[in-house]
Amino acid sequence: MSLLGTFDVGTTGLVAQSLRLNLIASNVANAETAVSADGQPYRARHVVFQAQPRTGRVGQGVAVSRIVESDAAPRMEYRPGHPLANAQGYVTMPNVNPAEQMVDMVSASRAYQFNVEMMNTTRQLLLKTLDLGK
Amino acid sequence: MTFGETALKLRTFRHEVLSSNLVNADTPNFKARDIDFQSVLHARLSNQAEAHTLGLDRTHQVHIAVSGESLGPKKLYRVPVQPAVDGNSVDPDVERGHFVKNAFFTESALSFLGSTLRTRLSAITGQPS
Repeated sequence: MSLLGTFDVGTTGLVAQSLRLNLIASNVANAETAVSADGQPYRARHVVFQAQPRTGRVGQGVAVSRIVESDAAPRMEYRPGHPLANAQGYVTMPNVNPAEQMVDMVSASRAYQFNVEMMNTTRQLLLKTLDLGK
Repeated sequence: MTFGETALKLRTFRHEVLSSNLVNADTPNFKARDIDFQSVLHARLSNQAEAHTLGLDRTHQVHIAVSGESLGPKKLYRVPVQPAVDGNSVDPDVERGHFVKNAFFTESALSFLGSTLRTRLSAITGQPS
């Protein structure tokens, strides 16, 4: 039954999109973190999505194949009094772009909503199937 | 009955294909797929070979015939409305439109099938349902 398979497809979408939202939250929270766990300024993280074929099924799910760190140049802030400032008085700050993160967040939350909507539609169709002949 | 059943099977198949398009709306290099519902339904109802399917050639009499139906309808590629930088050909709006429309038609197929069943049931029992 293809309708039941749609639930699995939808679930992979929910998992992938929530992981993406999770990373966006981490990026935004660490937008001002000059020192992360490895001693370097925090770097923005992004998910890489990959289609996930399922054996014997038509629909492909989605999975996060890996998480990459952004290669964008770090933001240099002029703060002469800061303990981490270099000789010129600049502090290396994370390369998180708040506007970019916001746009990504809207996109991820919309995608999550669509997935929920899709599963709701599937649920209605399945309930209707159960009522067949009544 | 055959019509309703075949239509319902194809509708639910398409439902899964379209949902996989929507789920992969942000996957790089993913290509949107769909089936040609009308031609597949027509071919199945008239027992003709389906267009766009690859049959298996039998070179020995004991080979088992594989019908196109067991392999599922051939999935085609959707022509994208506008190109995307990441090579993804899913247009979420287009897919959502197809999805909602397909869900509606699935529901109507279920209704038709249900009313056919009720009619037959009332003919068997002799009581109006």
